[in-house]
Amino acid sequence: MSNITNQSLSEILESIKSKKISSLELTQAYIKNIENAKKLNSFVTTTFDQALENAKKFDNKPNNEQLLSGVPIAVKDLFCTENVKTTAGSNILNNFVPSYESTVTKNLWNNGAFLLGKLNCDEFAMGSSNETSFFGNVINPIGDHLVPGGSSGGSSSALAADLTPATIGTDTGGSIRQPASFTGTVGLKPTYGLCSRWGIVAFASSLDQAGPMTKTVNDCSIMLEAMSGFDDKDSTSINKKKESYSKNLKDNIKGLKIGIPKEYRVDNMPKEIDELWEKGKKILKDLGAQLIDISLPHTKYALPTYYIVAPAEASSNLARYDGVRYGYRSQKGKDLIEMYENTRSEGFGDEVKRRILIGTYVLSSGYYDAYYLKAQKVRQLIKKDFDDSFTKVDAILTPSTPSSAFKIGEKTNDPVSMYLNDIFTVPVNLAGLPALSLPAGLDKQGYPLGLQLIGKALDEQKILNIGHAFEKNCGYKNEIKKWWS
Amino acid sequence: MSLDKEKIKHVAKLARISVDEAKVDSLTKDLNSIFKFIEQLNELNTDKVEPLTSILNQSLRSRKDEISDGKIREKILKNSPKKNEEFFVVPKVVE
Repeated sequence: MSNITNQSLSEILESIKSKKISSLELTQAYIKNIENAKKLNSFVTTTFDQALENAKKFDNKPNNEQLLSGVPIAVKDLFCTENVKTTAGSNILNNFVPSYESTVTKNLWNNGAFLLGKLNCDEFAMGSSNETSFFGNVINPIGDHLVPGGSSGGSSSALAADLTPATIGTDTGGSIRQPASFTGTVGLKPTYGLCSRWGIVAFASSLDQAGPMTKTVNDCSIMLEAMSGFDDKDSTSINKKKESYSKNLKDNIKGLKIGIPKEYRVDNMPKEIDELWEKGKKILKDLGAQLIDISLPHTKYALPTYYIVAPAEASSNLARYDGVRYGYRSQKGKDLIEMYENTRSEGFGDEVKRRILIGTYVLSSGYYDAYYLKAQKVRQLIKKDFDDSFTKVDAILTPSTPSSAFKIGEKTNDPVSMYLNDIFTVPVNLAGLPALSLPAGLDKQGYPLGLQLIGKALDEQKILNIGHAFEKNCGYKNEIKKWWS
Repeated sequence: MSLDKEKIKHVAKLARISVDEAKVDSLTKDLNSIFKFIEQLNELNTDKVEPLTSILNQSLRSRKDEISDGKIREKILKNSPKKNEEFFVVPKVVE
C-alpha cells in the first residue's frame, strides 16, 4: 500500500473501513512522506508520537461509524490545539501552548480523526504567499521556486504533496481559495458563521472563517460536514440544523442559473485566465446549466474596503499581545510601556506591523469617519451587489485568482501588488458568502489555475454539487513529481 | 492625504510598537502607497448608505450571566513569560 497517500480522503476512508489498511499503516505512510518533505517547510510542529498512539488506539477498537474514522490530519497552525504549540506563524506566539482545543479541530477529532501536525502559514494569516511566516516561507510542490499561496500555504503545500489526506485552513480574504488555486486543490470558504471561530487565533473577526482544503469536492463535503456546526462559544455562530453535505452530494445541475459577473474581467488579466473561465462556462453549460450575465458594480472597491476593515479589526485583535499573559516578552525597556513597545516590535514581523499601523490609524480620533465608516458603507454596497444578483442566479462563476503561483520573492517588496492577488476572493468575505475554489486547468508553464463558485449564504450544498459535477467533467488531475524527496 | 514620518511615529506610539529609526523611511513609503490604494473609495458617494455593521441577519445572542468555568489559575498562568504562583509579573508601574 505504498501509494495510499496519493488517494483521496474518501478512498482512504474506504480502505480503512474495509481493513485494506490499518490506521497505523496509514499514519506511518504519512509520517514517512513528511520526513522526506522537509524542503517544503510546510510543517511548524509535528505530533507523530501522539498520532501513532491514536492510530493504534483506533486499530484496537475501530469505530467506522464516524465521518473521519482513523484518519490523521494536519491543520493550519492558527487553530489552537490543546497541549500542542500554536504559533500563528509568529515569533510572538513561538512558545504558546494552549490549554484548550478550538471548536473546529475538536469537531474533527470527535468525528474520528487525530492530529498529525501543525502547518505553516503567513504570520497571523496576513499574507498571500506564506512568505510572512516567522518560520520561513513554504514551497509549492508544483515547483521549487514557487509560493504555495497564502495565508494557508503550509496547508495547500502539505495537501498537494500528500503529507495529509485533507486539511483545514482559514480564509479572511482568500487564504483558503488562493492557495488551493495555486496548488491544484479544492478549497472552500464557508458562509460566515457556519464554522465556529472559537479557539482560532483571530485576525479580522467579521471576515475570518475556517474551511476545508481537500483533493476532491466529495472530500470537501465530508470535511465541511465534520467541522461545521453551531457553537455557543462563538457569538456569531449560526444556530441551524446540521447538514449531511456528503450524503446529499449530487451531480445533476440541469437548469441551475450561473451568473457571470462582467467586473471580474480585470485589466492586464492573463489570456489564460480568460480562457480558463470560458472553459468553465462551457463545462457548466454542457451539463445543462444556464449562463446569465450579471453585474457586481462595486467589485473594484472590495480590496480598498478590505484594507480598511481587516487591518482595523486586526489592530484591535492583536492588542492582546502584550508580553504579559502569554507569548514572547522583550527583555528590553525601562518601564511597562517600553516593555510593551519592544515586545510588539520584536515579536511581530513587518507585514503584521504594517497592518496594525494601518488599522490604528484608520480607527484613530478624527479619521474614523473618513476611513472605517466609509469602508463599512462600501461594504454594504458590495453585499447589496451580491444580494441583487442572487435574486437572478443560483451561483456565480469567476476565476479564483488573477494569475497562477508566482515566484518566491517576486512580490515581497510591493505590498499593494501582493494585495491585488486577492482581488477575486475578497468580495466574498466582505459579503459573508460561501465560495469554492476548484482546480480547472494549467497555464502554459504547467502551473494550476482555479475557478471559483460563489453561493448564497448557507447554500454550500449547491456550490458543492456544481463543483462535484464540474470536477467529473473537467478532467483536471494534479500530477506532481516528488522532486523534494 | 499623505502620511509623514512624524504621523507614523505617533500612530506607532498609539499601537505600542517601537519603530526602528532606520526603517521609518521604507515604512512611510509602503503605508503611503497602501493609503493611496485605499483612498479609491473617495470616488464613491456614500451619503445615503447605511454602514454595514453585521453580515448576519441575526442579532448577537446574549447568554445568562453565570459562571461556567473557573478555578483554572494554573492554566491561565501557564503561558506567562513572567509570573509567580498567583500573579502575572510586570515591570514596576507605581513607585
